[in-house]
Amino acid sequence: MLDPIILLPAAINGLTMGAVYALVALGLTLIYGVLHIINFAHGSLLMVGLYGAFFLHRAGLDPYLALVVMVPALFFTGYALQWSVIGKASHGSDQNILLVTLGASIVIENLALYFFSADTRTIDTPYSFEMIDLGVALVPLPRVIAFAAALVLAAVLWFLIARTDLGRAIRAVAKERQGARLVGIDVDHIFAMSFGIGTACLGAAACLLLPMFYVSPHVGHVFVLVAFTVVVLGGMGSFSGALIGGLLIGVTESLGGLLLGESLGQMGIFLIFIATLMFRPSGLFGSRLS
Amino acid sequence: MTRKDSSLSRRHVLAGAAAGAAVGSLGLPAILGAQPAAIKVGILHPVTGPLSYSGTQARAGAQMAIEEINAAGGIKSMGGARLEALLADAQSRPDVGAAEVEKLNEAGAAAIVGPFASGIALATTQAAARHGIPHIVDVGVVDQVVTRGLANTFRFGPGLKTIVDTAIGNLIKINEGAGKPARTVMIVHEESAFGSGMATTLNAELPKHGFEIVETIKHANPTRDFSNIVLRVQARKPDLLIPSNYYDEYVLFARALQQQRVAPKAIYSILGGGASSYKFLKEFPQAASYVMDCNHWFDPRKAQALALKEKTEKRNLFFTYEVFLNYSCVYLLADALERAGNARRDAITAALAASTLDRHVMPYGPTRFVNGQNTGAQPVTTQILDRDIKVIFPLAFASGNVVYPIPERLG
Repeated sequence: MLDPIILLPAAINGLTMGAVYALVALGLTLIYGVLHIINFAHGSLLMVGLYGAFFLHRAGLDPYLALVVMVPALFFTGYALQWSVIGKASHGSDQNILLVTLGASIVIENLALYFFSADTRTIDTPYSFEMIDLGVALVPLPRVIAFAAALVLAAVLWFLIARTDLGRAIRAVAKERQGARLVGIDVDHIFAMSFGIGTACLGAAACLLLPMFYVSPHVGHVFVLVAFTVVVLGGMGSFSGALIGGLLIGVTESLGGLLLGESLGQMGIFLIFIATLMFRPSGLFGSRLS
Repeated sequence: MTRKDSSLSRRHVLAGAAAGAAVGSLGLPAILGAQPAAIKVGILHPVTGPLSYSGTQARAGAQMAIEEINAAGGIKSMGGARLEALLADAQSRPDVGAAEVEKLNEAGAAAIVGPFASGIALATTQAAARHGIPHIVDVGVVDQVVTRGLANTFRFGPGLKTIVDTAIGNLIKINEGAGKPARTVMIVHEESAFGSGMATTLNAELPKHGFEIVETIKHANPTRDFSNIVLRVQARKPDLLIPSNYYDEYVLFARALQQQRVAPKAIYSILGGGASSYKFLKEFPQAASYVMDCNHWFDPRKAQALALKEKTEKRNLFFTYEVFLNYSCVYLLADALERAGNARRDAITAALAASTLDRHVMPYGPTRFVNGQNTGAQPVTTQILDRDIKVIFPLAFASGNVVYPIPERLG
């Protein structure tokens, strides 16, 4: 049943949850938008990031401080995965890439199951139950931080792609792979860099997500479909699209839950996915890279 | 895929070596009597997929019982025959569970213990019935598991109707005992057959006892965010909150309640994923404080139960209901084998049907199966008090006194 008094707080909840979706989707939009890799391992790599942040917390490092460890760690993981596994095993075929990432996700998840067991783990921090009073709603502090971080991360990625030499090289590879190679760009390196940066975003997302969520070997599945929806909605390769798409999906899910019931509310996400594919396949912000 | 778990314990190896040395020292020919064949037992659980935590816990409980039984000399009426676990993984899917039963049949399983989830149990019991394999259901609470006339199916724990009836009965006693402070109720449940079935029964039964159900909220699995549900709880201000969810969602829900300072007179779970969990208690002691739950639980007065708890914790596992139910199910099977005196499936089925086992860790009394259901099985109501999980109802098994209405929980 819909209660008008809770509409505004629900919308704010949706925005903060949407920021979390955007955090997960920002890395995917780079990988999907530039490399055109349907990266089924995205959720598994998020899970790796969450376990990393979890064990660092157990060793005494706050999840937000763990950013300085997890972002580079996930960057190198992503770089190595693309350089030594995905790039080599796919032999340039998109179908192969799809199968390789699917295989990688199965391997990563089962390794997590073997080493960490199926146990769901959570952390308790001094600020887990801190609330920020926005007047119309009380919002948990970790969510406010995640919201701000999503804005910062989107801006940093935009700057990286739009204003740096690496970004120009990435855009060149996205637009014309052969041409980029002819002007001296190391395409394989740029592919690995893009995959590495996309995966590093997951390192950031994991550190920001851990104080408010749980980690288990299957946690990636909870976010990965939503992340693909956000990328399609925002436009492949568009960081502002991923941010706004994430926020839109969050609000849709939240208000859909109020209007249709919590169980049916998530349907709105996938209706948006289908509608975007049918009526605006390039997404709200088109493709900025390719 | 099945896997044999037939490693010998150190105790067996040492015993065998000592016996060999004794025979040698007597100068007798080293001809030992033929060892009785091991009895193959299918241990079937969802150890991968979304239910893998429960499946892993359940498997551990069954394995601990098998280890104990073998260490104590195996099945004595069969010359000390050892139990050999055939480990099978239902992968959290009913179709895979049924396929695993076929493999267990091929592998010569004398009986099957498992498979935790109701949906999987419906498939595996039916598949086992085709081959006449006795199937002891550990949890699988949905009532259809034992109402389809399958002679091979024996459910050791209570069914959903018994659980919900007991939960309502205990709730009424608790509320009346405190002068009926609670009148309005809100139910928050997950969307599968387990949560939905429970919500339907509660909506039908609670109004008969003077409770008004102000809202029932169903949520998906997984649900990533419980903020809006908590907003609705805040708007409705129910006296009593009844959650029924799986563990992951329960944790997120309890956290959101704590964050938003929601303070009903009681949180009364029914088969609540986290409310009877030492893990939840350890990780969120404040959010867990005073939460009540009607669930499967061990008998805290039994030394065997406390010893099992200690043993489980020594293995760095939490002592969850999957562990002690499966442990008890294997003892139930071992008792049937003792009385049957052979490992023929029909003989085991007949022995299970006549079972009066009281050597288990549950608050049940001797087993008595009627149409495959252990009629002595019952859930208990627990409450988290003094950072421990105490049984508060029925009073015969109680280890703590109910605190109701609950005091404000500090955030």
